[in-house]
Amino acid sequence: MPIGDLFKKNLKYIELHPQNEVDREERVEKEVPFIPDNLFIKCPSCGEKLYSEEVADNLNSCKHCEHHFRIGNVERLKMIADEGSFVEIDKNMKSINTLDYPGYLEKIAGYQKSSGITEAIVTGTCTIDNTKVVIGVMDSNFMMGSMGSVVGEKVTRAIEKAMSEKLPLIIFTASGGARMQEGIISLMQMAKTSSAIKRFSDAGGLYIAVITDPTTGGVTASFAMLGDIIIGEKGALIGFAGKRVIEQTIKQKLPDEFQTVEFLKEKGFIDTIVARKDMKALLSRILILHQEVQDDN
Amino acid sequence: MTIKEKERKIDELKLKINELKLIESNEKIDFTDQIQELNEKILEMEKRIVEEMTPWDRVLVSREQKRPTSIEYINEIFDDFIEFHGDRYFGDDKAIVGGIASLNGMNVTVVGEQKGTDTKDNIYRNFGMPSPEGYRKALRLMKQAEKFGRPIVTFVDTPGAFCGVTAEERGQGEAIARNLMEMAGLKVPVLTFIIGEGGSGGALAVAVSNKIYMLENSIYGVLSPEGFASILWKDGTRAQEAADVMKITANDLLALKVIDGIIEEPAGGAHKDFTFVADKIKDVMLRELKELQLLSQEELLNHRYERFRAFGKFE
Repeated sequence: MPIGDLFKKNLKYIELHPQNEVDREERVEKEVPFIPDNLFIKCPSCGEKLYSEEVADNLNSCKHCEHHFRIGNVERLKMIADEGSFVEIDKNMKSINTLDYPGYLEKIAGYQKSSGITEAIVTGTCTIDNTKVVIGVMDSNFMMGSMGSVVGEKVTRAIEKAMSEKLPLIIFTASGGARMQEGIISLMQMAKTSSAIKRFSDAGGLYIAVITDPTTGGVTASFAMLGDIIIGEKGALIGFAGKRVIEQTIKQKLPDEFQTVEFLKEKGFIDTIVARKDMKALLSRILILHQEVQDDN
Repeated sequence: MTIKEKERKIDELKLKINELKLIESNEKIDFTDQIQELNEKILEMEKRIVEEMTPWDRVLVSREQKRPTSIEYINEIFDDFIEFHGDRYFGDDKAIVGGIASLNGMNVTVVGEQKGTDTKDNIYRNFGMPSPEGYRKALRLMKQAEKFGRPIVTFVDTPGAFCGVTAEERGQGEAIARNLMEMAGLKVPVLTFIIGEGGSGGALAVAVSNKIYMLENSIYGVLSPEGFASILWKDGTRAQEAADVMKITANDLLALKVIDGIIEEPAGGAHKDFTFVADKIKDVMLRELKELQLLSQEELLNHRYERFRAFGKFE
């Protein structure tokens, strides 16, 4: 080893090679020392080192700066829906390869395996502090939450269900935009979902859009921005065009807060911003304020 | 051989014919047979150009600088077009034009995405890439049409919605989303012609219509072939390949029922015979508006809703 390396200033961490779960027990049996996977993570916002389990117990948020880590549909539903109240609809709807794009179905199968869900949104009904709602939760773990036929159809059916059963509709958005592999058909999902929201809105239905990290492209330019009330989860990214695309176009670096919910609230496009831990309480209050007042007389 | 090269060859042959005709009249020599032969060859070559066009060739034709723009069609097809400006909130976007006009005595509202006709004009028009105020102007004019019971005709020609800081700050996503939602509820007939590039949400925001027609060499897609290649293959230079798989040509889109019909162009593109194309568009417009006006408000709304509700295949 060259002597200079011994004094290298940025040599901060010892490199560990974590073992996978399979041989963990085996190692315990043999009393071999091991380091479990991802025990600590670093907060991308404040840089503090965090104990993974503690983060998970804290709604996947940083205890120092309240940075929200991205979460999947299971964690989201757990913190929003009353326990045991969620009933999924259209659970098994799956994509087909409309445009015969090479390798598309294999890719879908891979995401189904890694994420444990069949598509980039989960929809159903649940109660929130005993108020029944139709709920949709997009999941960025599935192909970056991109919108193809299935996402468009599930969103539309959720809207139609809310309309026919006269229930409020809540959609948590998280999406990289239209699903390229379905080409023009994914573009048409923007018109399809927006048309359905028009009907729901005209019928007097309440639609709350909750913007979570990240929401961009075709989802921003359709149902994400059409809520009667648009709530931003603290720190979430929201935009139409990708930040990198804009930076390349204008040949300038854009500030960190550009395209955050905080930024768009200042510009007048978001009703309110809330931390994850307060999300359910806020939704609950809004729902109550939309209930028909009983007239005692 | 690219289309341009083939076209150059045809132009050369046409020049030769003219030369022969000149010699014919000056020197009193009969070249009738030769001219006939050359003319046949030109026809054959033009036919081949059309037959052999790849999707990428059509992308190039759709972006051709000389390709007629919305305002040119508007002035040719309608009488007494009066342009109206501004969204009443922020400003007047030059990438979208709109106003009222007469179509063979029928009052209509017209909205068109507007590219420039030369470099200077292109800068003025922001290369046909609308900002939020453009979509809001379009919506304002469409709501005005609804109030006065006028049918709406829109022309699509944009590389896509403008990608910039100002557009984000003023809610590009919200503006497009609002148009999609409100167009779905318009109580008058809406008819769209895609005359050049139909770039993604930027195009769709004026195309939630009862009927959509496309010029033969127009394209309509979820993204530009360059963008598609750079997102999926991390290589923007593979645009030509992307064009092949994206299904962005009029024929592909007709098969997918995204559009309702194709309007024929002369060999080489609409700019080769502008009035021919404008006449064809006008014929379709008159026929379709006549049919759509027979529908009741409810039928019109249901027709538009079902048209878009049907998109998407799954199992």
